[in-house]
Amino acid sequence: MTSTLSQSTSAPKPGRPWEPTVKERSQKILNLFIALALSVVLLFTTGLNGKLGWFIAFFVSLTAVSFIVEYRRAGKPAAQDSLLTSISRFAIALAVIPILSILATVAGKGWRGLHWGLFTQDMTQATVNDPIQNGGMLAAIVGTLIMVSLALVFTLPISILTALYLTEINGKFARPIRFLVQAMSGVPSIVAGLFILSALIYPVTGERTGLMGALALAILMIPTVARTAEEVLLLIPNDLREAGLALGATQWRTVAMVVVPAVKSGLVTAVILGIARVIGETAPILLVSGGGESTNFNPVSGPMGSIPYYVWKSFQLGGTEESIQRTWAGLLILLLWVLLLFTIARYISSRSQKR
Amino acid sequence: MSNTVIPAPRELVTKPRRSDQLFRVIVTAGGMSSLIILGLIFAFLAYRGLGVIRIEGLGFITNSNWDVVEDETSNIISQDYGLAAMLIGTILSATVAVIVGVPIAVFSALFLEFYSGRKARSILVALIDLMAAFPSILFGLWGFLVLMPSAEYWAKLLNKYLGWIPVFDVPAPFFTRSPFIAGLVLAIMIIPITTSIAREVFSQTPLDRIQAAYALGATRFSMIRAVVIPFGRGGIVGGAMLGLGRAMGETVAVYTVLNIVYQVNWQVLFGSGGNIATLILLKVNEADREEVNALMAAGLVLFLLTLVINAIANVLVNSLGKTGR
Repeated sequence: MTSTLSQSTSAPKPGRPWEPTVKERSQKILNLFIALALSVVLLFTTGLNGKLGWFIAFFVSLTAVSFIVEYRRAGKPAAQDSLLTSISRFAIALAVIPILSILATVAGKGWRGLHWGLFTQDMTQATVNDPIQNGGMLAAIVGTLIMVSLALVFTLPISILTALYLTEINGKFARPIRFLVQAMSGVPSIVAGLFILSALIYPVTGERTGLMGALALAILMIPTVARTAEEVLLLIPNDLREAGLALGATQWRTVAMVVVPAVKSGLVTAVILGIARVIGETAPILLVSGGGESTNFNPVSGPMGSIPYYVWKSFQLGGTEESIQRTWAGLLILLLWVLLLFTIARYISSRSQKR
Repeated sequence: MSNTVIPAPRELVTKPRRSDQLFRVIVTAGGMSSLIILGLIFAFLAYRGLGVIRIEGLGFITNSNWDVVEDETSNIISQDYGLAAMLIGTILSATVAVIVGVPIAVFSALFLEFYSGRKARSILVALIDLMAAFPSILFGLWGFLVLMPSAEYWAKLLNKYLGWIPVFDVPAPFFTRSPFIAGLVLAIMIIPITTSIAREVFSQTPLDRIQAAYALGATRFSMIRAVVIPFGRGGIVGGAMLGLGRAMGETVAVYTVLNIVYQVNWQVLFGSGGNIATLILLKVNEADREEVNALMAAGLVLFLLTLVINAIANVLVNSLGKTGR
């Protein structure tokens, strides 16, 4: 009996029934070609033109073709399913096209304006319409660095204390505070500038300085940093806190020596995201920091330039080929900062996830 | 049967040490800072702006004149402040942004959550997160220098075929720098935030319901319609409103793209308009004391408007997950 059994059970060939068959694949490729032909016909018969017009015509015809094919193959449910599939593919394409276009344009147009003088000269000896070799972004880069680091000095204690209140104390105000922090992240940037203008510049200092810019940036930075810090604090297992308390530590020592060291990398991520949020803020800077041409290391007196201000000025006051080139070069530098910060933040958070 | 003595319940008392008390006070004080900052913003804007609002009354919102008349020695003869034109402009461009941006964002979130493969998803999510970190001046200049030519073409097309609808009509064939194009730039700017919120909401859909739907023979479409959408409806609306709040408060991108004209214009394709934030940026550096106060009042209106919209949006996003089939 055993012998007959062993004879009949030859190992079955492993199949993959979920993968598309050759027929389904060829149907898909056929659909693509039909849609391509149809979109060309649409382009010639209607008023559509241009790359985007062709893209949309192609999408519409592909959707229609696959809808009809699916309907004939498996009826209404399959057709609806194919409709949703194509629409969401189209949506993600539309969402990604601007990002790629922005990256490509800024890189393509900006790199021609790059030269070492950008980092060693400021705009005191040049106007925006001069050739790009005259003048540079020294004042802007120095100003941005000073203002963002000052803003960080104000932001860091406030937002970390807020995050600690929300997670460690979690008192009866925790819900309203969480709500207010969320509401604060929606404050328009121009309102932050207007607030500094009304609360400090008009009544007190009477002068637009880098410090004022830093304060306006801090208002915009606090919610980002506080929310990210809260998120990473919530990820800490309660066992750690309980272990600290069970060893006889007071709450504050538990927080200072167990909880905060455990989320150090997360807090760094929070800070970096906060910096990325404000480094390109233009509207409040235009209102409160003055925007100077000369390199100013003193945040409490005199106007201070910044990279967004440099870009803004090159664009608004110019109008020539050179000023547009300056604008793109400034944008490229700004974008490189954002990319750098973003990459560091992602690297840190991916490394801490692996552990 | 011996009498069992039930001891009185003990009360557990923890008396925090001095250091802990201090710690709690400091952290609580820090926690209140967001309340204090928001309160200060409101207080200072109201302190400077309420005078103007009191003089103008309701006309501050319903009038559409923003005039300061000066004589030769720059003494103010008459002044009149009304915000209606810019308020309409704000709502117009933000509405275009929501109508264009939210569907793209929601379907993108559906794609990322239910259609894309693992690898493609991580790349696409990284790209969209990166887009959220782009500064607004970048969007503005890209919109002006790159998007404008093709957007103008689409505006003409809309006008050609839908011109019989009053909103798409134009008084003169001037299609550049219109609220429509500003709205398109704003739509691109709100896509990342709306997508990430919608994605977060979709990812919270209970897995057992999704699998139950599949087990009953649902296609992906009918699963999404029966499970995901009812579950995440509040979150989607909340994400859309967060996007609306962002779009209303945006300054620089609108300033670069839009042709700022102080006139009521509700025809989206016509190249004139503005919003409250751009009005502030445009006027604040040349304004005298009284006009600055009027701008502060405008800022107050904008601040309250975005605060209310954000509050509703956050309530909707946070109170999710009780409904759904």
